[in-house]
Amino acid sequence: MKDLILIFVSTVLINNLVLSYFLGICPFLGVSGKIESAIGMGAAVTFVMTLATTIGWLIYHLALVKFNLIFLEYVIFILVIASLVQIVEMFIRKFSQPLYDALGIYLPLITTNCAILGAALFMVTKNYSFLESAVFGFSGGLGFSIVLIIMAGIREDLSYADIPKHFKGAPITLIVAGLLALIFMGFSGLISA
Amino acid sequence: MKDFLKGLWGQHPVFRQLLGMCPTLAVTTSALNGISMGLAVIFVLFFSSLVVSLIKKIVPNQVRIAVYTVIIATFVTIVDIFFKANFPQISRALGPYIPLIVVNCIILGRCEAFASRCSVAKSLLDALGMGLGFTWGVFLLGSIREVLGMGTILGFQIMPQGYNHLIIMILPAGAFIVLGLLIALMNRIEER
Repeated sequence: MKDLILIFVSTVLINNLVLSYFLGICPFLGVSGKIESAIGMGAAVTFVMTLATTIGWLIYHLALVKFNLIFLEYVIFILVIASLVQIVEMFIRKFSQPLYDALGIYLPLITTNCAILGAALFMVTKNYSFLESAVFGFSGGLGFSIVLIIMAGIREDLSYADIPKHFKGAPITLIVAGLLALIFMGFSGLISA
Repeated sequence: MKDFLKGLWGQHPVFRQLLGMCPTLAVTTSALNGISMGLAVIFVLFFSSLVVSLIKKIVPNQVRIAVYTVIIATFVTIVDIFFKANFPQISRALGPYIPLIVVNCIILGRCEAFASRCSVAKSLLDALGMGLGFTWGVFLLGSIREVLGMGTILGFQIMPQGYNHLIIMILPAGAFIVLGLLIALMNRIEER
């Protein structure tokens, strides 16, 4: 149990996928203009990432390792993620129209979100057990959502700020992200203490 | 020729289109890592564009993204195995960012926006231009961070002895800030 809590805290705050591994930067820079859409995107990513690490774990350990096909890892993972996104989209549309209206437009974008594939690959290199992978996937998604929402809030305010002309748009967003990464470095003492 | 040159400056993948941000920020802790990543991207981009533009007529429209992704993943696997066998040190330094080329939006973006519509020769020129553009981008970013953060470039000491290393430059926060400043600089140059 202690291990799982450690994985949770360190993945959400310390080794945040966005701010220390640079995964999922594209939606982070592109989508995060409004808080509502950041929440929608974060929820969709958390959902798919949890499924991707658990199902990815099953396929990796029960099929690829067993039949000595590890070199197919990347091809299989990306196919799993793409089909997961498809299935989740169809499933949500069928069973919950409100949820589909909220998450629908973000789902197709997730296939090319490197955070999902990144989480699946980290789960393999870190040799997590099945339960640990599930916790890792969920907390990875949660960490992504938190940063995305913070960033959306900052950018809402930023639109009223007087920014030097050449820094408008991407440059100022990147610099804000850098400051955010500095702030999150403050959490790094949390676990060893 | 225009297809080749636009990737180097006018439609630079990193500074103009903001594509492929994850590897750009993650592996540029040193100039050497930057170049290695750039070469890996050129290889994958070149061959994926080649295959995509060759088979563009026979791929049904609905499944094209899935097909492109599988093609890209195949070439990425080749690069990954090649690095692991011949340059284990670089492979360790780049870590999961080699496999993450699969979801690098530069490659899927060029395959979808260019190679699936244009002739083979044009697609190859476009791929080379974009790949080289990406490479000089990550090399520049890697050099700046390496010089300021460690006082070296490609491993050679260039800063004077007493230079106080700006450790922040090789940490994640430095990557964001340097890239932000570089894009602002590009905007300034472009405006003139």
